[in-house]
Amino acid sequence: MIKHLPVLVIAIPLLAAIIIPIAGRINRVLSWYIATAVTFICFIISLSLLQTVLNEGRISYWMGGWEPPFGIEYVVDHLTVFVLIIVSFMAFMGTVYAKKSIDNEIGPHRTPIFYAIYLLFVTGLMGIVMTGDIFNIYVFLEITSIAGYTLIAVGKKRQSLVAGFNYLIMGTIGATFILLGIGYLYLMTGTLNIADLANRLPELYQTSAVITAFAILAIGLSIKVALFPVHIWLPNSYTFAPSVISAVMAATATKVGAYAMYRILFTVFTPAFFASLGFQVAHVLLVMAVIAILAGSILAVSQKDIKKMLAYSSVGQIGYIVLGVSLMTVTGLMGSMLHLLNHAVMKGSLFLAVGAVVYRYGITSIEGLRGMGKKMPVTMAAFTIAALSMIGVPLTVGFVSKWYLAVASIKVGMWYLIPVIMISSLLTAVYFWRVIDNIWFKAAEGEEHGHGHAVSTGTKAVEAPLSMLVPTLTVAVLCIVFGVLAFAPASLAEQAAMILLK
Amino acid sequence: MEIVHSSVPLYAVLVSLLAVFLIGVSGRYPNLRESWTLIAALTKFGLVLSMLPIILEGKVIEYHLVTVLPGLDIAFRVDALGITLALTASFLWILTSIYAIGYMRSLNEHAQTRFFMFFALALSAAMGSAFSANIFTLFVFYEIITVSTYPLVAHEENEDALKGARRYLAYLLGTSVFFLLPAIFLTYFYAGTLDFASQGILMGTASNTVIAIIFVLYMAGIAKAGMMPFHLWLPSAMVAPTPVSALLHAVAVVKVGVFTVIRVVLFIFGVDLLAEIGLGTYLAYFASFTIITASIIALRQDNLKLRLAYSTISQLSYIVLAVALLTPSGILSSVMHITIHAFGKITLFFVAGAIYVATHKKFISEMDGIGRQMPFTMGAFTVGALSMIAVPPVAGIVSKWYLTLGAIEADLLPILIVIIASTLLNAAYFLPIVYRAFFKEPASGEVGMKEAPAMVVVPLALTAIGTVVLFFWPNLIMELGKMVVALVV
Amino acid sequence: MIEIILTKYNYWIYIILMMAGLYTIVAKGNLIKKVIGLNIFQTAVLLFYVSMSKIEGGTAPILMKGAEVLYDNPLPQVLMLTAIVVGVSVTAVALAIILLIYKAYGTIEEDQILEMNKHND
Repeated sequence: MIKHLPVLVIAIPLLAAIIIPIAGRINRVLSWYIATAVTFICFIISLSLLQTVLNEGRISYWMGGWEPPFGIEYVVDHLTVFVLIIVSFMAFMGTVYAKKSIDNEIGPHRTPIFYAIYLLFVTGLMGIVMTGDIFNIYVFLEITSIAGYTLIAVGKKRQSLVAGFNYLIMGTIGATFILLGIGYLYLMTGTLNIADLANRLPELYQTSAVITAFAILAIGLSIKVALFPVHIWLPNSYTFAPSVISAVMAATATKVGAYAMYRILFTVFTPAFFASLGFQVAHVLLVMAVIAILAGSILAVSQKDIKKMLAYSSVGQIGYIVLGVSLMTVTGLMGSMLHLLNHAVMKGSLFLAVGAVVYRYGITSIEGLRGMGKKMPVTMAAFTIAALSMIGVPLTVGFVSKWYLAVASIKVGMWYLIPVIMISSLLTAVYFWRVIDNIWFKAAEGEEHGHGHAVSTGTKAVEAPLSMLVPTLTVAVLCIVFGVLAFAPASLAEQAAMILLK
Repeated sequence: MEIVHSSVPLYAVLVSLLAVFLIGVSGRYPNLRESWTLIAALTKFGLVLSMLPIILEGKVIEYHLVTVLPGLDIAFRVDALGITLALTASFLWILTSIYAIGYMRSLNEHAQTRFFMFFALALSAAMGSAFSANIFTLFVFYEIITVSTYPLVAHEENEDALKGARRYLAYLLGTSVFFLLPAIFLTYFYAGTLDFASQGILMGTASNTVIAIIFVLYMAGIAKAGMMPFHLWLPSAMVAPTPVSALLHAVAVVKVGVFTVIRVVLFIFGVDLLAEIGLGTYLAYFASFTIITASIIALRQDNLKLRLAYSTISQLSYIVLAVALLTPSGILSSVMHITIHAFGKITLFFVAGAIYVATHKKFISEMDGIGRQMPFTMGAFTVGALSMIAVPPVAGIVSKWYLTLGAIEADLLPILIVIIASTLLNAAYFLPIVYRAFFKEPASGEVGMKEAPAMVVVPLALTAIGTVVLFFWPNLIMELGKMVVALVV
Repeated sequence: MIEIILTKYNYWIYIILMMAGLYTIVAKGNLIKKVIGLNIFQTAVLLFYVSMSKIEGGTAPILMKGAEVLYDNPLPQVLMLTAIVVGVSVTAVALAIILLIYKAYGTIEEDQILEMNKHND
């Protein structure tokens, strides 16, 4: 049983996805219980895989007992568990949160189907992370994406349909590019196993087919991770999706996209490949990342809708992740990976907190958050913690990854990246402080109070229900925990980065 | 140097953090809430005081809390310099708490629970700054102070307050993110450590140009020290209720600013390195410019709190100037001036608040004859003003004396002119207020005593007395100052 | 030049199809037409895979006992079965969403939908 954990983490949610609609026929709430149990089990399995990897190193699982490269191989190493834990944890938090939120946002009768698709979505994410086969990555990517299109399209407003459709078009174009790139690699090497590809590719680095394959893959991956300027599917998707989906997607989907990018950039291809090219791929990535960081932050500043603001902020944060990649050093990759984790918890808790406001008051405008600090103090405290984290205040997670990115930039002599990081942090402060100001220091409409009166506005605290509050707070607290005890994820990320760059 | 490992510094920081929580949950019972503040203040002072004998024996107290990342630690280290700030801040917190209770209740202010919570939080952070063992820890607490004082500045929640608070935040966060953080980062990169060391840590790690760049980044980044051109946050912060202006913007916040400057100058760069490159002299002239300019601006302020704010800016630069001289007397003066200026300036702010509580007057031009209505209050004001000008028998002269000696030791005679000019300017903007209060006729039939409540007047009388006491018995702070000097020179 | 075009004609066909699909996606405002474009785009890649598995003189990869025959590479073809399934699923989801869009907006023309969204915000 223990031996089969790598495959169970995918098989369990996949099977559950089939069972849930049936169980939902018997009792709607049953579907939620199953989904929660399954995501929790996945999280536990991820933790146990972490322990195994830390003790014994890389795990290679042969699907059906077929030896790679002939059979499909599942690989669990430090990088895998790192991302796996993020995904399974956020998925678990999401299901707990979804109970109340989803009933409210998409209507109770559709919940069993929702959880089924949600688990498919999680299955796909897990699969991308676990698999050691490049074609498998494509398949799982599509499982995730198709589930994702649906999850976005079920949002409350009708714009969510359009957002889902546009995501579908963009996502499929991206996936098709990836498929095409894989085709070229197969054409040249005759293998699909990632480790095998890595062995066979070096002698073919100069061929135009391999270079074409890389270019096509890079385009496809950029679309999937929503790197500026091919991010256009992201803002509307996150804005109009159900709250819990915004949170889980922001925390997992783009992260797994980044994971696929690490694998393809560093394991399938290698820094040696980039060195053999006539022009500097790293520099192209770097420029893209810097543009993404600045553009995302600037666009976020001008938003009136809080969810849209968070979505644009994600565009900027993805820039950070790519920035770390583009430096092509261990420290840079560490910064990138830590930002993977950090952004997952920060943006996760922000979206969850906003979802609680939507649940209670149906408000998504920044103006509408006025005086919310008095009405939902705990939720808003979680929001504030995560917002401070986004700004990069020390002792929160946001600081740690920015610190590593800064160290990495100056180590390779690119000191000019430091002002970029600082400007974007400042812009982040600007757009979050606007929100925090509204939450804590402005009275809600019609509740203005004059000076000199003890406050007794009569607003009663109407907190979010416990099942939403607990996940929100848990994730927000993690923003501080991993900010203070940063060495724990940092050491894991360091090993993962060394594996990628070895 | 002997090191004592103890968790008392941690408790000293945490005690007001615990109070934040207790204040928060007892918001409905004002008396209980206020007693938490007072208990925390007394406990904090007690804890700081309990460390004093160990420090005076020449030992340091260390406590390592957590390693965030290799090289980035949250750790405490109590030495003579740190305990000077801690003693001053924690002692004055007791008086300010009493004052604040009187002030807030007299004015029937709103959101008092929030007010006392963030006040306690700011004090926690101030204590943490004082006890920081490295620049990273100091930076963390520095930022906590910024963020935790924002709600205090924005307290009124009206347009003015929010605008002032936003500017406050923009200046302090902006400079610390843009300059201080990169400076720390470069220090880490070149020195490989961020721990304070008595001879500095940057000696021989980078070229002079790089050192100079880091130095400029530090000085620009520590906006809390109020040096021009990043001083405008301080006048903006004057929209806060007066207890905030008194303790935070005359003691905790700004003193953490100059404290950070002293730490950086002495313990990051070190006297030798700065003297070698000559950066100290530049800093001295820069501070001199602020001293004079801020005094001139202060002359033209009619709002009493704003005049005090500009006076603070000018006085803070005395401390920076003193340490920038890099001579024993200069450093001694800078350490002593932290305490001496704190007592004087808090008295002045207390007075401004007392006048506002009793008469709702904010402007100096309205204060004709107010000394007859509020003799105790204005008496205390006179004492505070004399300390600022540096007239015996009030404490201000002590630190200014050593500042003058320091300037002579450093052979920087232009600085003497600055000191003289600023003394005259100080007199020019304080004495007219005293004159107006006591010798001008009240505007219209305002006669008879009209003092503020006792909870407001007693603390300000005590701080005024403290200012006088510090003139006659400056032994303790002088001892501590000399220990700092012995350490770094 | 002609030689390159002729010997590698399968590449040219897939590239032309791909571009045609992409053009349809971008240029057409009708959502159904966009989906058709998407299908063409995907099919191009399917053709690319299948054509690359073809070996000159090869036959369908069905094991024939005893005979020495040259087989085409079966793997890409199998992979494309999966890709076809993916394509069908995407199309199904897309059509379902279009149906809902039509119910919600009363149109499936992109410009009209955007116009309505603008007024809604």
